[in-house]
Amino acid sequence: MSALAVRGLDKSFGGLRVTSSVDLEVEPGERRLIIGPNGAGKTTLFNLITGELRPDRGAITLFDRDITRIPSRRRAHLGLARTYQIITLFPRETLLGNVTLSLLGLSRLRWNPCVALRRQAGLVARAHEVLARVGLESLAERPLAQTSYGERRRVEIAMALAQRPRILLLDEPFAGLSTEERRDAVADVVRREVADRPVHNQLTVVPLDAPTEAEEIT
Amino acid sequence: MKPAVVAVAVAVAAAVPFWVGGLYYVNIASQILLYAIFALGINVLVGYAGLVSLGHAGLLGIAAYAAARILGGGHGHLAGVVGGVAVTLVASGVFAALALRGSGLGFVMITVALGQIVWGVAYRWISLTNGDNGITIQGRPRPFGLSLASPPAFYWATLAVFLVALGSMAVFVRSPFGASVRGTRDQPRRMNALGYHVWMIRFLAFVFSGFWSGVAGVLYLYYNQFVSPQAVALTASAEALLMVIAGGTATLLGPIAGAALVVVMKNVASAYIERWNFVLGAIFVAIVVFMPEGLVPGTARLARWALARGR
Repeated sequence: MSALAVRGLDKSFGGLRVTSSVDLEVEPGERRLIIGPNGAGKTTLFNLITGELRPDRGAITLFDRDITRIPSRRRAHLGLARTYQIITLFPRETLLGNVTLSLLGLSRLRWNPCVALRRQAGLVARAHEVLARVGLESLAERPLAQTSYGERRRVEIAMALAQRPRILLLDEPFAGLSTEERRDAVADVVRREVADRPVHNQLTVVPLDAPTEAEEIT
Repeated sequence: MKPAVVAVAVAVAAAVPFWVGGLYYVNIASQILLYAIFALGINVLVGYAGLVSLGHAGLLGIAAYAAARILGGGHGHLAGVVGGVAVTLVASGVFAALALRGSGLGFVMITVALGQIVWGVAYRWISLTNGDNGITIQGRPRPFGLSLASPPAFYWATLAVFLVALGSMAVFVRSPFGASVRGTRDQPRRMNALGYHVWMIRFLAFVFSGFWSGVAGVLYLYYNQFVSPQAVALTASAEALLMVIAGGTATLLGPIAGAALVVVMKNVASAYIERWNFVLGAIFVAIVVFMPEGLVPGTARLARWALARGR
């Protein structure tokens, strides 16, 4: 059984064929890197896998389940999580609030209009735990708007890690960071949380950046 | 906010008929509260969900017309109130389903169109709405045997409903669902990828907003004992939207301050200045220039600034 299989994936924007018959098969626990020059369609491939775009042709399966036609939000519930190359976070919320929203996304609690979110001890504790894993525990109560770019990069990863995904797609996790920054905080997180973890039911697809962290280059 | 502050504020509000000096001002206070309920409802959509509606007077009007028709049909006040709000809930669902086909300006334009349809029905469908003459109702309800005929009694009843509305907002804002709604405002794309049903969250926010618009509509009917197409005109929607924006979107107290500002200007200032609309416009321009975030957050910012300078 493959964790993620992509077969004959086609996507055109107008006359521009962005992905043409892409085939990809990834085993559980495997870590893959997708590389290509700017405009090669790496992010488009991610958008197709996560369902933010609909393919013109082809099929995507997640643990042998066909997900080609199901909406993005349901794919998240099936264990697919991603980060964004362009920071896509909640600027008015605190770091804790950002990670809590990520946890809430997979919880039935997200529909509850009657209880106080801050009092959901289990959820808040898990959010703190995830922030600690990316080294941002001390900034939990700080509004996202008051954090540095490097810190936001780590929050991006924390958002995806919080959902305990079975498949994790990291879209250029080092985008916009200088080489020194890559070597410290963000790289540490990626290495510790993604690359060095023992083989488990998690796969990572890391495009373009950080070839050292992946096992196989596609 | 501290419970003591809330208790004092409620006590001051409850004592309004004793200190405000005259039944005329008690009626103004009732108007402020009923428009505050309406503005709080709109704020759910405009402030927390980030969806600007210019058709909410249509929802308020639907509630008022529906209740007026039910009362006119010889049914009791309970049927009028419940029926008015129920019809508005259904109408909100229809409005939401149609308006949510667009986003941004598209959403605004669809709400304008829906509001104008309601206005057209109110104005032209004479057999249903009595057209330009409007519908007059006889008397106010007597919940638990207490007559609401006198201005103070109606004020206290409105205050009670207002406190329930404000309480429901306070709970909603702090709840997981409130966080979901704000999330769809700030990052709908990420929310979708995180597993949220963005459309459904927005739909429910719209219906919640419509519910309080409906409650405000029933209060509007009982306050005026009359409803006419004027209540559902585009200017009524714009005025209500201005209340929310002037007071401060996505705040609990902003819509209340905005409602107070508009109602006071409309009633009190118009007694002294003929061109009160000009004064209201000038105040809005001043708010946009000096406190673009709205009166309540703007005043808080100025107070913090003054305190910091004072030290």
